[in-house]
Amino acid sequence: MSKFTQVNVPATGKNVSGFERSRLLNKLADLIERDAQELAELEALNNGKPVKIARDFDIGDSVGCLRYYAGWADKIVGQSIDIDNKTKLAFTKHEPIGVCGQIIPWNYPIMMWAWKVAPALACGCTIVMKPSEFTPLTALKLSELVVEAGFPPGVVNTVPALGSVGGAALAAHPGVDKIAFTGSTVTGRKIMEAAAKSNLKKVSLELGGKSPQLIFESADIDQAANWAALGILYNTGQDCTAGSRVYVQDSIYDKFLQTLIEKAKALNIGNGFDEKSGGGPVVSKVQYDKIWSYIDAGKQEGAKCVLGGEKRPGKGYFVDPTIFTEIKPGMKIVKDEIFGPVLSVGRFKTEEEAINLANDTTYGLGAGLHSNDAGQCMRVSQALEAGTVWVNQYNLLYNNVPFGGKKQSGIGRELGSYALDEYTSVKAIQWNYGEKLDWPL
Amino acid sequence: MPSTFSYQFDTPSHKGITEFSTGLFINGEFVDGSENSTIDVINPATGKLITKISQGTPKDVDRAVAAAQHAFETSWGLKCPGAERAKLMNKLADLMEEHEDELAAVEALDNGKTFYWAKNADLKGAIDCIRYYAGWADKIQGKTIETNDGKLVYTRHEPLGVVGQIIPWNFPLLMLSWKIGPALATGNAIVLKPSEFTPLSALLTAKLAKEAGFPPGVFNVVNGYGATVGAAIAEHMDIEKVAFTGSTLVGRKIMEAAAKTNLKKVTLELGGKSPNIIFDDADLEAAVNWAAFGIFWNQGQTCCAGSRIFVHAKIYDEFLHLFTEKAKQVKVGDPFHPDSKQGPQVSNAQFDRIMSYIDSGKDEGATVHHGGVRVGDEGYFISPTIFTDTRPDMKIVKEEIFGPVGVVIKFDDDEDVIRQANDTVYGLACSVFSQNINRALETAHKLKAGTAWVNCANMLHASVPFGGFKQSGIGRELGEYALENYTAVKAVHVNFGHQWSVA
Repeated sequence: MSKFTQVNVPATGKNVSGFERSRLLNKLADLIERDAQELAELEALNNGKPVKIARDFDIGDSVGCLRYYAGWADKIVGQSIDIDNKTKLAFTKHEPIGVCGQIIPWNYPIMMWAWKVAPALACGCTIVMKPSEFTPLTALKLSELVVEAGFPPGVVNTVPALGSVGGAALAAHPGVDKIAFTGSTVTGRKIMEAAAKSNLKKVSLELGGKSPQLIFESADIDQAANWAALGILYNTGQDCTAGSRVYVQDSIYDKFLQTLIEKAKALNIGNGFDEKSGGGPVVSKVQYDKIWSYIDAGKQEGAKCVLGGEKRPGKGYFVDPTIFTEIKPGMKIVKDEIFGPVLSVGRFKTEEEAINLANDTTYGLGAGLHSNDAGQCMRVSQALEAGTVWVNQYNLLYNNVPFGGKKQSGIGRELGSYALDEYTSVKAIQWNYGEKLDWPL
Repeated sequence: MPSTFSYQFDTPSHKGITEFSTGLFINGEFVDGSENSTIDVINPATGKLITKISQGTPKDVDRAVAAAQHAFETSWGLKCPGAERAKLMNKLADLMEEHEDELAAVEALDNGKTFYWAKNADLKGAIDCIRYYAGWADKIQGKTIETNDGKLVYTRHEPLGVVGQIIPWNFPLLMLSWKIGPALATGNAIVLKPSEFTPLSALLTAKLAKEAGFPPGVFNVVNGYGATVGAAIAEHMDIEKVAFTGSTLVGRKIMEAAAKTNLKKVTLELGGKSPNIIFDDADLEAAVNWAAFGIFWNQGQTCCAGSRIFVHAKIYDEFLHLFTEKAKQVKVGDPFHPDSKQGPQVSNAQFDRIMSYIDSGKDEGATVHHGGVRVGDEGYFISPTIFTDTRPDMKIVKEEIFGPVGVVIKFDDDEDVIRQANDTVYGLACSVFSQNINRALETAHKLKAGTAWVNCANMLHASVPFGGFKQSGIGRELGEYALENYTAVKAVHVNFGHQWSVA
């Protein structure tokens, strides 16, 4: 706790111009690109994901994210607003919010770091970052690059700690103006409570999901199966937007299921440093045990396991792709976020039924639909209750498109220009240069 | 094969070599003009030849447009993601920064501005501008718009295609960056005509653009005369838009040509006769400094120069005294000498023109309070000049001189000075000096100008729009506003529910 009270960081926005912030962010992006291989290996070692995926996807996207927000740094504009031209001027300034506590998860350590750091710095905020206690290494390495890039001391601070200690301290700290958290919904609630009870700091949350994918009969089955496989198996299912429920239209159910099983089998899950691995182990024993308890629950509650479901002998937290069918809405594997490569597959007859099944969750992070009927694509995408709806694809994100949750999947948006709203605070300045006030009124 | 310009700088301000082709830069290569003719490039500090460059013709413009079109349809435009465009632009900015001194030296040699200003204003401004627009490249956004159930409507901000850009000689590299920044960021392909008086920094920049990795045809440089190459651009049926910075006289011709051919979009940054109003409650010393900067900077060759200086009667004498002292302190001389604050005017023609305005001022009865003479007997140097005792109808009060010639006018009525300030066909910029913020803002709001400087002058930033009211121009450069000039809005209506029947 005391480490936080010692940190007395100046707001960069007032002292470092947008142009300079832009340069520093671009410099940081250059340095990360320079050290990509080293960072990728560190990420693979700590998180388990394959080195090439860490380097080409996680780090590639992170570099893009920093450059994207570098471009915004000198473009934080407000409005000038007409009131009465003869006597008054009003304008807004989008000021940096101030000191931002940022708590990031272990599933994409570098990328989550970039998503948080980039917009905050672009807007002129300063940061106290708490990386996940499971995967702190790359955050520390990135801190070295922050120094090398030339950011003034105190702008980015990194304090690895346990969530219940460091995270809680940030959420409750009176000197922190805003907290941004990515992690479980359970913890997200605690963060928001702490913020409410302390100084009403601004809160943005990226929480869990139980995202559905709908496969309609007009879909390209092979492609849809690829996207569905990606949706649940990418990052070994450890993705907040994991498409962990797939609902298939009756008429193509058997064909699709067969195709999907073949796709899932084709993925090679192994050691992250093995070039052949398309996916790695899950991140920790705790997660490993949690996932297996869900697999057991699935079997116990009567779902049918058509792929996987057997523990691998030997060392490492490897979980093979697992698919359950004959699911029912009340089952744990259908309701809860498992955060592993475990998929629940259901079926539907009509479009309306599909939408209802998809929306029947307290979550609302992502959703996918596969159909070649344009009208259907439009209707269904409008009806799905999710912050991101993917049409004929899944999981792919871009730095300039906003991302976030509806319902209990979160508050606020990351990425795109929308993230800037999370790190700025609007001040309206109302300037009188002509009105004289009579008193008493 | 076009010749290579190779020059060894050996000056107190800069030592080093520069080397680049003098050809036209078309489709990623430096080539001879179609008539194998050349244009002489003169050093305004000496009047002597620096080098010859290839002269472009309308045929060369055709070649450049064809190359640009091809690039736009294959390797550029929407085929190239914004993030990629950003990367290339940032790379160009990096290279310009690496070659900053070299570029500044070339600019000072060609234009006559001092090396100090070329490095600290022109180069810094140009690099910042490219970086600023690189940041916009992946942020060209439209809107989704609610209409009714059963319909999706969204807008796309699409690049125009091939754009023609004609730039002046007063800030060659800076003007180049203002033009190519937004055009490249939004995905357009460019045919750019530098001024025939100052083509060198554009050629060096083309060399750097090639090194940066822009696909061939994205950025083309066609040197030549306004009446041939400039006109060819303005009239070209396959150029979607022309952006011109220069005199109001030529600006009209450009717009006419566009109207008579394919109705290409037109933006113009033209002349000015910008007023600088100094109230009696101004911080006098600061106002004197800014006023001097406003009219003498860049040898007075600035479109937004504060060339009409209105001074309140109460402080007139003191202002004039201090302002004259400032003018005396301006050391006019060799652009490469560290003590020089002002270099030569850009050309013999400009020199003659300014001197003839000075003569007309004398002829019409104004007082030459300071200066009004040539400096030295080599090159095109003119002393900082102050006229007083003018009348509103005098040529030196009404017309843009584009030289280091300021007109100082006494006033005592706030309302009337605003009327006088606005009494011009121009409307590019204005300055107001007062420590009373009410007075300053009220005045600034009443002046008809695209930029109002309060307690400063000539301060520009890549992120803030710049452009003219009235006959000073059409459209805005810089800031987010410039993006509009280079995009076309397409509204896409997607019907997913409505049936149409002819009943």
